[in-house]
Amino acid sequence: MKKAIAILSLILLPISVFAETITPNGSTRLTEVSKLQTPNLKEEVLPNGLKVILLKDHTTPISTFWVWYRAGSINEPIGKTGLSHLLEHMMFKGTHKYGAKSFSRIIQRVGGIDNAGTSKDYVFYFQKLTPENLHLSIELEADRMQNLIIDPKETLSERDVVMEERRMRYEDDPQNLLYEEVIATAFKNHPYRWPVIGWMSDIKNITREDLLEYYRTHYVPNNALIIVAGNIDVDSVLSKIKKEFGVIPPHMGIKTIDIEEPEQKGERRVFLKKEAELPYILIAYKTPNILHEDAPALEVLAGVLSGGKSARIYKGLIVERQIALWAGAEYIGLQRYPFIFYLYGTPVLEGSIDELEKALYEEIEKIKDEPPTEREVQRVKNQIEAEFIMGQDSIYLQAKMLGMFEMIGSWRLKDRYLEEIRKVTPEDVQRVAKKYLIEDKRTVGILIPTKAER
Amino acid sequence: MMHNARQMTLKNLISCILNPVILSLGIVLLLTVSPAYAIIDIKREVLPNGLTLLVVERHNLPIVRVTVGINAGSMIEPEEKAGLANLTVELLTGGTKKRTASEINEEIEFIGASLEPSGGYDYVTVSLSILRKDLDRGFDILSDILINPSFPRDELSRKKTRIKGSLIAKEEDPDSVARKAFKKALFGSHPYGRLIEGSPETLDRIRRKDLMDFHSTYYAPNNTVMAVVGDITIEEVKTLLARYFSGWKKKELKMPSPPKPQPIKEKQVISIDKELTQASIILGHPAIQRDNPDYYALSVMNYILGGGGFTSRLMQNIREEKGLAYDIHTALSSRKEAGSFGVSVQTKNESANTVIEETLKEIGYIRETHVSHEELSDAKSFLTGSFPLMIETGQKIANFLMAIEYYNLGLDYINKYPLYIQRVTREDVLRVAKKYLDLERFILVVVGNQKKVLLKFR
Repeated sequence: MKKAIAILSLILLPISVFAETITPNGSTRLTEVSKLQTPNLKEEVLPNGLKVILLKDHTTPISTFWVWYRAGSINEPIGKTGLSHLLEHMMFKGTHKYGAKSFSRIIQRVGGIDNAGTSKDYVFYFQKLTPENLHLSIELEADRMQNLIIDPKETLSERDVVMEERRMRYEDDPQNLLYEEVIATAFKNHPYRWPVIGWMSDIKNITREDLLEYYRTHYVPNNALIIVAGNIDVDSVLSKIKKEFGVIPPHMGIKTIDIEEPEQKGERRVFLKKEAELPYILIAYKTPNILHEDAPALEVLAGVLSGGKSARIYKGLIVERQIALWAGAEYIGLQRYPFIFYLYGTPVLEGSIDELEKALYEEIEKIKDEPPTEREVQRVKNQIEAEFIMGQDSIYLQAKMLGMFEMIGSWRLKDRYLEEIRKVTPEDVQRVAKKYLIEDKRTVGILIPTKAER
Repeated sequence: MMHNARQMTLKNLISCILNPVILSLGIVLLLTVSPAYAIIDIKREVLPNGLTLLVVERHNLPIVRVTVGINAGSMIEPEEKAGLANLTVELLTGGTKKRTASEINEEIEFIGASLEPSGGYDYVTVSLSILRKDLDRGFDILSDILINPSFPRDELSRKKTRIKGSLIAKEEDPDSVARKAFKKALFGSHPYGRLIEGSPETLDRIRRKDLMDFHSTYYAPNNTVMAVVGDITIEEVKTLLARYFSGWKKKELKMPSPPKPQPIKEKQVISIDKELTQASIILGHPAIQRDNPDYYALSVMNYILGGGGFTSRLMQNIREEKGLAYDIHTALSSRKEAGSFGVSVQTKNESANTVIEETLKEIGYIRETHVSHEELSDAKSFLTGSFPLMIETGQKIANFLMAIEYYNLGLDYINKYPLYIQRVTREDVLRVAKKYLDLERFILVVVGNQKKVLLKFR
């Protein structure tokens, strides 16, 4: 088994703390937590459209600096998929002022680390370092928002690096390859259909001019967000940001995506035959994103089905019926546009994919027939709240959460989302299961392992 | 909340993290004084029943993390029953005299806590994360699973089935396949040479009675370290221990002396053929134990050669200049009884030979020539300056406490580490590179499509 990534810390954590609901038996400490949060947050939009969010937390020794651009893979033209991600790589290849190889070196020299990531909706860059070194982040990030070189030779070599990355993450990973197939089948028109890393032949075709054009259009202050969090002096950090970023001119040509995915009318089924050790099934249902009123109930539904070892899929399919080696469910709502709720699993060695698929549907039907118990729903709510509090221990995660919500609409959605999760009833869970987890709206992917002749 | 399934969403959702975060941010590696922050006030006490207790108060949030480390890792299990130590710790949550497995899961998850057993070569751990208000419940369950596990037969058989499944899944991951072969070649029949999970054959030999015996022999307070970090004082911890752990009595321990690994005698090249587009390569050899005084100089050398993320020599050469890999890094692993050094990289089958040649060239170069003043000072400033990042969360502090205790680093290690690093000179780096890097006797593992790899090394 590959190591389990705590995905829930990303999807489920996005919630703030309120003393009154979490401690029925009373604890004064929790009140302190909620006091700690929002009052220490300051937000400001600079005249050039750059939004800045600063979160003060004096209990941590470190700080973290983030720049977000609404420049994820959905913004790419056909035939150039992977452009956003390749540009993310090129952002480390130097500016006129700081040559190639300097960025990470400067950050690591002060004991910091830096990294970046690209999603379908956005791209982010971050550093973790001690507060007295924040000026480095501000200077370096402001510089590479304007002065990227994108050297032709470096572009070719970085394209090769990304192709290696694609081989590693997809070509040689049967489960990820199946995921790519399922998404490409589930979505026909919306740009969510292609993978963030891009199709191999598209990556090959990206030119320096493509990158420059994309950079000039999307890497502009009015398409960006800065988040600074940690043990920071809010005023001095803000004035330094204004000094370095305030002079960068906005760009008025940013297009918004206005593409709708047509309604799916009938199950889609896709098979992948590849050398693998074990079969795997992935079932994706189209669902709305967190901006929709049904999102909190979908989140709780995922928890009822798969939020731990006392949840239905683990208890029913893995422990009691022993049909699956592993299986689960997850709702991906933290997206700008409607995406998916999915179930997945691998049958036990002597079992079959058909039997597992049937069993997963049975779990869904049970909820459609009868709402989950009050206790199950309460368990999920308690897990979400507790994990949120635990997530607050990391200033890095706090900053990331703020950014992910702000990219969808506003960081304030985070608090509202938790509020709404608290209100979810067993009947709500049943209702959304009936509404979204239906045969005609699902795409089923099945990995059929093959063995090569040697 | 833990998923037991394979998760692929993160990769797809936030698809591509550029820098494969490989700064070897090993807990033990990176400690330093940064005056304002080095104030982790560690309280240590050995209780009358022999339990070693370490506590760090941290009142930023109403949460507590408890990590219990028991000196009962794979190191001391019989070879023919490999996997026993791991099964024993994993089945602690499989049921007790008072609670069934599902009752334990239900109780823990209902309060949003997590309770995770984890196997290991040197020691095994059980980690509890819990809200302060639920501490009594948490300690009650924790003591129950540690003192009174019942190892039910049906849970044992299910767990074996799942472990066998996960072993097969590992065969699907080229990197796991390469690591498994590397370990085996490096350490042979020594426990470090096998997987902590054991193999299907050894798992079949393990009976319920083996678990009961292993537990009753080694799970004792005087063989255990408990690290507690969070919204709690040492007095409160002791009160909880008195309330829930009073039945845990000191035992007379008969610890088997750990086997010593045999040094490898000659170069060994292992090719594993799979239908893959990339070759997964590991090249390495034995290195030093944790208590070797050269550990610090070797850490600096490792950072410069391949441990320093983007800035390392191997990354600059293989990725930045030649575009041959997404990630290449070196790892220095220094355990109690043995250590290893290894380079890991994935590259398309056709470039495997070139990457191996370049890697050997870099190893040769750092063995022959002084590193630059700038490389040395960059490495030192990262290694000493990144300490605050290492204690960012309560969980990280708890892990750090376990390492300090297990490797006898001393409570003042935080203050001493930067001095050890600062002392390292260019001559030291050259000396340890010459002494511990080996171009003659190494293990080379290549997992890939061998028809395309056409490996030149033998």
